[in-house]
Amino acid sequence: MTRISYLAAIGEAQREAMAADPRVILIGEDVQSNLYGTAPNFVEMFGVERVRNAPISEEGFVGAAAGAAMTGLRPIVDLTYASFMYMAMDQFVNQVAKNRYMFGGQASLPVVYRASMFYRSSTAAHHSDRPYPMFMNVPGLKIMVPSGAYEAKGLLRTAIDLDDPVLSFEDATLWTKKQDLPDEEFRIPFGVANLVTEGTDVTVVAIAGAVEEARKAVAALAGEGVSAELIDPRTLVPLDVETILKSVAKTGRLVVADPAHRTCGAAAEISALVNEYGFDSLKAPILRVNTPDIQIPFSPSLERPLYPSARRIQEAVKRAIGAVASASP
Amino acid sequence: MPELTEVYAPVEVDRETQLEMLRRMQRVRSFELTVASLVKKGELPGAVHTSLGQEAEVVGACMALAPTDYMTGNHRSHGHPIGKGASLPPLMAELLGKSTGVCRGKGGSMHLADFSVGSLGESGVVGSAIPVATGAALSAHVLGNGRVALCFFGDGAANQGCLHESLNLAAIWKLPVIFLCENNQYASTTPARTVLSVDRVAQRASGYSIPGVTVEDGQDVLAVYAAVKVAVDRARRGEGPSIVEIMTYRYSEHSEGLLHAGAYRDAAERESWIARDPLVLHRARLLTAGVATEAELDQLVSDVEDEVASALEFAVASPLPEPAEAYADLFTTPIPQFGGMV
Ligand SMILES: Cc1ncc(C[n+]2csc(CCOP(=O)(O)OP(=O)(O)O)c2C)c(N)n1
Ligand SMILES: [Mg+2]
Repeated sequence: MTRISYLAAIGEAQREAMAADPRVILIGEDVQSNLYGTAPNFVEMFGVERVRNAPISEEGFVGAAAGAAMTGLRPIVDLTYASFMYMAMDQFVNQVAKNRYMFGGQASLPVVYRASMFYRSSTAAHHSDRPYPMFMNVPGLKIMVPSGAYEAKGLLRTAIDLDDPVLSFEDATLWTKKQDLPDEEFRIPFGVANLVTEGTDVTVVAIAGAVEEARKAVAALAGEGVSAELIDPRTLVPLDVETILKSVAKTGRLVVADPAHRTCGAAAEISALVNEYGFDSLKAPILRVNTPDIQIPFSPSLERPLYPSARRIQEAVKRAIGAVASASP
Repeated sequence: MPELTEVYAPVEVDRETQLEMLRRMQRVRSFELTVASLVKKGELPGAVHTSLGQEAEVVGACMALAPTDYMTGNHRSHGHPIGKGASLPPLMAELLGKSTGVCRGKGGSMHLADFSVGSLGESGVVGSAIPVATGAALSAHVLGNGRVALCFFGDGAANQGCLHESLNLAAIWKLPVIFLCENNQYASTTPARTVLSVDRVAQRASGYSIPGVTVEDGQDVLAVYAAVKVAVDRARRGEGPSIVEIMTYRYSEHSEGLLHAGAYRDAAERESWIARDPLVLHRARLLTAGVATEAELDQLVSDVEDEVASALEFAVASPLPEPAEAYADLFTTPIPQFGGMV
């Protein structure tokens, strides 16, 4: 076991994958200088041909990575901030997601696009987005949302192995969080949720950084005699619906904590699926704990209360079990 | 700035290549005429853009490439794979939405792709395949497999941001890619001169310190071939990207059957281009140079017409895809729709 941070875990996954396969290359702004910390000594280890500093041309290099993936490379693209993905929206939606389908299966796109969600750090609305739900709405993209160092490393190894395009939404609120990781290489499969804590009264599904908050909430609730089951889906596409349904069948209640905006968010989708396929086991309305549909303000005092917190998750659980009467948004 | 000065130097083109140029131009011509008549009869679904009039530009460029080289293109999508050597029946079947289509009925007229001849796909979104071609060149460069990539784009696409990002990316990374502008002088109904900041798209090459050349007579397949060949050879030598712009003209409306509110092109202008038809020009050259006889060329044309006719027969006789095929080929490792197909 070695204790490493979330950020270092991403770097480790990249290093292992690049050492294992010369077709894996890294493209991104400032990767050669390791500005963001996920490519330490990569230039020395792999050279500038495989560690490529990109110009600030997201549309260009996102598309180029797709073309390279279609013709024999397995690129990893570091987009740094998730908000910069919008510059490349056409390439993500019209090329990356569609090229295999539109050409009748002739293309494979083994490419991973990594982007960090820098919320809760006073970067204001241009740098704080958590845009995975937008991309869940685009068939053809696989989506991982690692909630810790272990998940970040294991999921990224799988993502690089996959012959499909993967978007990795990394949670910058977790960057420095350390965890003990196995010394040997490991992978976490896509579409398999992690049952973080078992419980009987209520199911809490939490996404990315919200898993950490939910853990705290579940611990506090246990102290109050409430047994909550915590599930981390780990990947949103594919989504492990079975594990969630199985849990709701046991608990009859569901709270979904999702740091993205509420409307058409991941929580909305999970709620809809449970409503469609698990309605009979529900004893209470499904509740969402999201970021409200507002842009992210700069001032820490304005920003901090907006995201799913342990306190907000705890309150939602109490509403779900009827300990608190009405649902106020 | 490097110049493509060798462009107008005569190139050695052997007899078989010269005949193949005519054959492929004729394939595009016959294919497109067949397609246009199908549209007229209401037998082709969707929007259809033909390359009638642009055959020399399409074929001259494709033939400067090796079969293993990569290519992307745009909505005017039939000529490119045909020029690259794709087999016609699956292309025609694709246009008819059949399961034997080259894209199994998922792409249609604007989005042909035939990976077996290096055709990595045409984009209905204007300009969008340019970064993809740039990436194919990146893989060729990193893998060192000696391939090059060529992207076809129109005068309209010349104003897309992704072209400029790709030009810069290819220039700084010295990627083996040819940015081939098919300047047919209009984007739908918009004259290029009213929306381009330059007279010639190739002038923009200087902004990226790469060679740029315009073939003013894009109806001359040998001139196109010669210019593109210089850029291809340069790319293959590891000297980086070029812009090659070909001045040409489309005979038909932007898309087949499109009705325009107002005239945006002069009838006389169109007539003057038709008077210099690329197939007629090349045929005359072959005859004058004694490369082939009238009878041999007539045979070539009728062989191609038969080929297109049997491609159509194949397409018509092919089955439509089963409804379940709509769910296939989204991912390499599929994800089942939860709860089954809707
Ligand atoms: C991004 C985008 N904008 C607009 C359109 C609509 N559109 C389709 S073709 C076309 C004109 C393209 O002109 P050009 O690039 O010169 O190609 P040409 O049709 O002349 O071959 C337009 C505006 C589109 N398909 N994609
Ligand atoms: Mg045009």
